[in-house]
Amino acid sequence: MAEMNMVQAINLALREELERDPDVVLLGEDVGRDGGVFRLTEGLYEAFGEERVIDTPLSESAIIGVAIGMAAYGLKPVAEIQFLGFTYGAIEQLFSHAARLRSRSRGQLHCPLVVRTPYGGGVKAPELHEESSEAMFCHMPGLKVVVPGSPWYAKALLQASIRTPDPVLFLEPTRLYRLLREDVPAGDLPVELGKARIARPGDSVTVVAWGSMLEKSLRAAAGFDAEVIDLMTLNPFDAETILASVRRTGRLVVVHEAAQTGGFGAEIAATVAEDAILSLKAPIRRVTGCDVIPPLPLLEDYNVPTAKQIAGAIAEVLAF
Amino acid sequence: MSKKIIASFTVSRLEILDEQGRVDAELMPDLTDPDLVRLYELMLLTRQFDQRALHLQREGRLGTYPSVLGQEASQVGSAYALQKSDWFFPAFRELGVFVTLGYPLAEIYQYWNGDERGLLCPEQLNIFPICIAVGTHIPHAVGAAMAARYRGDPIATACYFGDGGTSKGDFHEGLNMAGVFQAPVVFIIQNNQWAISISRNHQTAAETLAQKAIAYGIPGIQVDGNDVLAVYQATREALQRARSGGGPSLIECDTYRMADHTTADDAARYRDPEEVQRWQRRDPLLRMRRFLADRGLWDDARQQQLETEIDARLDRAVAREEATPPARARDIFAYTWTEMTPRQKRQLQQLRDLRELDHG
Ligand SMILES: Cc1ncc(C[n+]2csc(CCOP(=O)(O)OP(=O)(O)O)c2C)c(N)n1
Repeated sequence: MAEMNMVQAINLALREELERDPDVVLLGEDVGRDGGVFRLTEGLYEAFGEERVIDTPLSESAIIGVAIGMAAYGLKPVAEIQFLGFTYGAIEQLFSHAARLRSRSRGQLHCPLVVRTPYGGGVKAPELHEESSEAMFCHMPGLKVVVPGSPWYAKALLQASIRTPDPVLFLEPTRLYRLLREDVPAGDLPVELGKARIARPGDSVTVVAWGSMLEKSLRAAAGFDAEVIDLMTLNPFDAETILASVRRTGRLVVVHEAAQTGGFGAEIAATVAEDAILSLKAPIRRVTGCDVIPPLPLLEDYNVPTAKQIAGAIAEVLAF
Repeated sequence: MSKKIIASFTVSRLEILDEQGRVDAELMPDLTDPDLVRLYELMLLTRQFDQRALHLQREGRLGTYPSVLGQEASQVGSAYALQKSDWFFPAFRELGVFVTLGYPLAEIYQYWNGDERGLLCPEQLNIFPICIAVGTHIPHAVGAAMAARYRGDPIATACYFGDGGTSKGDFHEGLNMAGVFQAPVVFIIQNNQWAISISRNHQTAAETLAQKAIAYGIPGIQVDGNDVLAVYQATREALQRARSGGGPSLIECDTYRMADHTTADDAARYRDPEEVQRWQRRDPLLRMRRFLADRGLWDDARQQQLETEIDARLDRAVAREEATPPARARDIFAYTWTEMTPRQKRQLQQLRDLRELDHG
């Protein structure tokens, strides 16, 4: 086993999948010679050649559209979009085609495509480089949305995503790329898409988080008997794990860095309100980003929730 | 039955000032000596601003910054042809245009320092915010041009983007719309040969970018982008055509990005150093300086004096930027909509309560 950060873990996942399955191809801007702007695909072009690690022109819509065609033909394309903000120019392809291919062909065609992209704030980057608009993509049935919270899970979830016959939007928390190190073994890792995990067991309050907010939630939970759930797959999401935990703890805090209004926290809160409201001992609390355009570096710290804010919310529901 | 040629096209390239500083007198634009000196001064200001920005970034006093080194002529030359009433739609590497139009220098540093207030455009200028999503502003320039014509305003819009930008759907959709409606817009490609690590040849199989205009029924031309006089002349003609009802044009400035893509990039990973050296000999400042010197308009003493003056000006701009009172938390809420929502007001209050971060 080797200690790795998330960049290295993702690179390993891609390398193993390219080795294992000749149908896997990578494509995107700068993924080849340059090894990706975050060095995520470093060495793969040299190892697998330009037909399997494809440097494309600057055309997000074509990258995803071409990948859809490849997927429908039987390949397993892994498309990289440099930042989540730049998928906006390709939403037509994602929403109108990737998500609907199976449905429109009544199951005759499907779209085993993975779109990998860094997302989220806290890295002092320019406009559109810190978007956290995952809820928007979760609102499109047919598209899976997966968000790892640590290197081990990044590798495991990416491999599972590549092997999934449905289109997956794989969101990589940029802030975590080099923040955490973890033992990441070679070979297949046992995870299933659509399942959450208990990242830290506890009995008095349930905290649900994903991606970059998981690390902060774990820090915030340290002083409490709090259970932290790493949601991992946002769509379809694992309501059972959340409900079972809330039935035990009676309290729920949901954490995300995306804007509050219409955020995925609302879906989780509604699910708990529908199915476990009688177990609640306190109102549900959301700790989220503000209802604003993600600010440029000088003001971005105001927007992304802090561990202190999360701890404050935990204390509040415990004291209710 | 027959098979015959029903249309054929040519692509032209304009060069006026060569690497030795010699000009083609026939093609010389109608510019006075003070204009010629001014063009050089603006290129030098652009270059020194750019170098200062790179220093500041290395010292941690500026965020990620895209250098414009090598592209001074295509930016200053084209912008010099603009009139104050024209509208300018930048991508993110158009420092030379901002400088030429007289945008406050401190605010340019401010923007690259991650402070939105740097995008506050002075009232007398018509500049759209810097566009980070590549190529997505192209249709906006077309729309503004159509609006200006509808209003009867005798202006043109100038839209800048890179060779990478020509691969985006918005480029094709924007040019198509401009051609159909004969919008008074000039598209100015900064073909600096690279879009991060993807070379121009890998961006398109077309031989030139100028020829892309042909498919949309609009005039296109390639110019030596390191020749400030050729760029000026081509842009002036295109703007005049636009302002006088002649419709849109496309100009490909054939130039080179001498630096890394941004301060977060390492071009040595994908670029041959020999190629960089080859372009060094085509330095846009050097050839203009030779030309001016031959005309008796420039010498080493003037060069030294101007460099010192610019340095002092940049000192003042940086000092002004760094003395700006910090932005306030309120600012991230204030411009989402016309008015703050009740929920935003609560979020702002919570920020103040929880973090006591507000300096304002
Ligand atoms: C839509 C979009 N995709 C990707 C990026 C990331 N990115 C920033 S600049 C750049 C290359 C741009 O190349 P070009 O248009 O030639 O302009 P240049 O950087 O050479 O000035 C890329 C891929 C972006 N900003 N916007």
